[in-house]
Amino acid sequence: MTDASMDNVPVKGSLTTVDARTKKRNAAEKRFKAYGLVAIMIGLFFLVVLAVSILRSGLPAFTQAEVRVEFTLTQAQFDEAESQMLKTKAYENFFIAALQSQLEERGLDVSFDPAAIERLLGKTGSTIREYFRENPDQIGTPVTFNLAASSRVDGYFKGRVSRDTVVDSRFLEVTDLDLVDALADAGIIITAFNWNFITGSDSGVDNPGGAGIGVSVIGSFFMMLVVLALSLPIGVAASIYLEEFAPQNWFTDLIEVNISNLAAVPSIVFGILGLAVFIQFMHLPQSAPLVGGLVLTLMTLPTIIISTRASLKSVPPSIREAALGVGASKMQTVFHHVLPLAAPGILTGTIIGLAQALGETAPLLLIGMVGFIARAYPEGVVSGFIDPNSAMPAQIYTWAARADAGFYEKAWGGIIILLIFLLTMNIIAIILRRRFERRW
Amino acid sequence: MPLLWLFLLVLAIAAGAFVLARARVMAQAGQDRRTLHSLPIYYGSNAAMKSAIPALLVLVLWLLAQPFYVNNAVSDMIPESAIADSSSRGLILAEVRRAADGLDLAVSTGGMTENEARNTRADISDVTARLSDAGAIVTSQITQPVLRAAQQFRVLNSAGYQIMSAVVLLIAAAGALWGFKETKPDFRARNVVEQGVRALLIAAASIAILTTLGIVLSLVFNTIEFFRLYPASDFFFGTSWAPSFSGRGGSSDLGILPLLWGTFYISIVALVVAVPIGLFAAIYLSEYASSRVRAFAKPMLEVLAGIPTIVYGLFALLTVGPLLVQVFGDDGLGWMQAGTAVMTAGLVMGIMLIPFVSSLSDDIINAVPQSMRDGSYGLGATQSETIRQVVIPAALPGIVGAILLAASRAIGETMIVVLGAGAAARLSLNPFDAMTTVTAKIVSQLTGDSDFASPEALVAFALGMTLFVITLGLNVLALYIVRKYREQYE
Repeated sequence: MTDASMDNVPVKGSLTTVDARTKKRNAAEKRFKAYGLVAIMIGLFFLVVLAVSILRSGLPAFTQAEVRVEFTLTQAQFDEAESQMLKTKAYENFFIAALQSQLEERGLDVSFDPAAIERLLGKTGSTIREYFRENPDQIGTPVTFNLAASSRVDGYFKGRVSRDTVVDSRFLEVTDLDLVDALADAGIIITAFNWNFITGSDSGVDNPGGAGIGVSVIGSFFMMLVVLALSLPIGVAASIYLEEFAPQNWFTDLIEVNISNLAAVPSIVFGILGLAVFIQFMHLPQSAPLVGGLVLTLMTLPTIIISTRASLKSVPPSIREAALGVGASKMQTVFHHVLPLAAPGILTGTIIGLAQALGETAPLLLIGMVGFIARAYPEGVVSGFIDPNSAMPAQIYTWAARADAGFYEKAWGGIIILLIFLLTMNIIAIILRRRFERRW
Repeated sequence: MPLLWLFLLVLAIAAGAFVLARARVMAQAGQDRRTLHSLPIYYGSNAAMKSAIPALLVLVLWLLAQPFYVNNAVSDMIPESAIADSSSRGLILAEVRRAADGLDLAVSTGGMTENEARNTRADISDVTARLSDAGAIVTSQITQPVLRAAQQFRVLNSAGYQIMSAVVLLIAAAGALWGFKETKPDFRARNVVEQGVRALLIAAASIAILTTLGIVLSLVFNTIEFFRLYPASDFFFGTSWAPSFSGRGGSSDLGILPLLWGTFYISIVALVVAVPIGLFAAIYLSEYASSRVRAFAKPMLEVLAGIPTIVYGLFALLTVGPLLVQVFGDDGLGWMQAGTAVMTAGLVMGIMLIPFVSSLSDDIINAVPQSMRDGSYGLGATQSETIRQVVIPAALPGIVGAILLAASRAIGETMIVVLGAGAAARLSLNPFDAMTTVTAKIVSQLTGDSDFASPEALVAFALGMTLFVITLGLNVLALYIVRKYREQYE
């Protein structure tokens, strides 16, 4: 009976040979898996591209073409120059003569005119005059001057400017590049580490070579102090209340809903809040790190509260029960036992929240940290908080928005410094977590 | 810095109260702490708390209220006739404040004595000359009424601060005395202190509510102000965005539609990039990857989420933009005029959102119960068939929620579009055109502007309000969907 019906079933082949349908299904399986792998590869590829383009464009900001000239000014020359009408011009002439003789010493015969030197090095005369007026005891002894080359010359060394692309302008003429090559051969132009970029202040719109990020690092530092001093205690207090004390009622629900919504509000809205409340309403100073810190505090609070609550939650209830059992009050239980045990997690969350705040730019644009050119370090702690300053990301944005391409290099360099700070903070957070994290 | 001193003084009084109260209770107990209700430290804390907290509270409230009072008082002094047609009361008041700052500066640098600065009969030209000598910014707007108002402003302010200092110190001292008086061995100090701490905890938690309230109020008030100057229907349905920069010309077109279109277009491009990559990455990581690959690839992808947006902005402006121009620009296909375009910003924003989509989807896919997969395998499905026909449909609501959250991120993103998308507001379908977004225009309308009287500045608040409502709606919807889905499998 079964045999009869079996005859009608078409033979499908054996289990050991793979039929076309199975082949298709297996191929689909392989394809699907490959899609996933490709997606991850694309993500990692973007990461690599980002890293490479940051490093390639940013590292040149840390070096600077300099002209190193040994120069001796005699007392007679000093007196002569000071007696003239155009004092800095006289110094410049001495300097050019010295440069000429140094080139001849090395057997190089290049002719150049003072205007070319001015295009290459800027106003050398005033630099030299200032130095000797401040250090009169150096007159008569050989002094080595390191003079920063102009941003075009700097660009020529870094490949930003080439002979093909350069057009004669009042900033650089093609013939100047011959002089630059000769000076480079003679070892007079060298590439040195640009300390000014790390410690210096922002320069004017037309001087990308002299721009530094130091002052805005200080601005960011004061901002982070405000954020730390406010968001850590407030965030921890709010989390303790919500996690340990809050009764189940509408008020608690309201707080919870607010926190989860604030975590997703676009950062620029916090900027609007800062502008309207802190500047328009309270008349706090514009561009001040204090205001920036207040805005960033409000922005980071939800992050800190969420991570603090998670670490409070991870402390097992047995700890609380034991403390209550030996007669501690609820408050004592939390502050003497639960909080210390949750501290590493809270600290990790706080550092990550701070790192987020450090890189945030949009709210700072609205409270005026961008239009301001940070030229000088703050004079003291109070002035650090309330005097106008810039912050690292705002400074980077300012440079990126400027017309001169020389500033782009500075912006990338600024990003490297910003990322170094973020990386350090994150590594500290990871180390803290690894060392102190407790599994219950 | 008298404010800092006042603050430190209050803290010093509190510290003194702490020491005294603790010493008093120990003396009363005959140095035997067993007869006390609470530990001695609580008696001290009680006194310190009662002296510092009310005083500091009054200090903060006073600082908030005083500018209001002074502004109103000064504002009444300026006659309607002194306000020029091209100006407004708010601008004059800003001028008054600037003049008062100038007087402060002149007094502090010694260019003027305090009496001269207060002399109401002073000649305007003499005063302005001295102000500019002292380095203060003097504009032509300083007139006799303004100067009078500025002088009054200074007088009221300094009087206010003096009264405030006295009141705050008095409250601190009274609080200290109260706490000290209460200090007796049978006083339940711990309970009182713990109640105080609890109140502080509640206050800290309420800051979240205050922040939301602050956002909503600052947006609502300024938006209403804007709609008073500019018709709401033109704002919501206008198809042209052309603010005039001359000030109150009234010739500005402030229609939000081109901005909304730019915002959505860029967000869509970003999601088209981020969703497939993020979703496939999440599927691979949660279903296929060995634990070693997962341990490497997941944090690496999440690094993309930790990079500040300014970095992406610069990446768009200086790397991706020029690259796209090479391919699609005049030398290539000729579709693109400049590096800043919808495509540039969208692409880079997509990269930024990849980890956002992948982490959230990863969590959601992991939450699908293993029994569903096992059931599918048992019926003979391959792994990819299981994922496509069982896991993804089960996780779909959660994934939709994740995509909505990513969309809300994209809509609110600022730095990438400010740097990468261009500044021209236009309604166009070409993704290689420069367009602009709501966030970028908020930045350009508000940076460096301290005058909030013109519709050109106030429009930023209306834009912010729109942005806030849209992102809030998306977030609430997404959270609702995700929560609903989680409950299903818990």
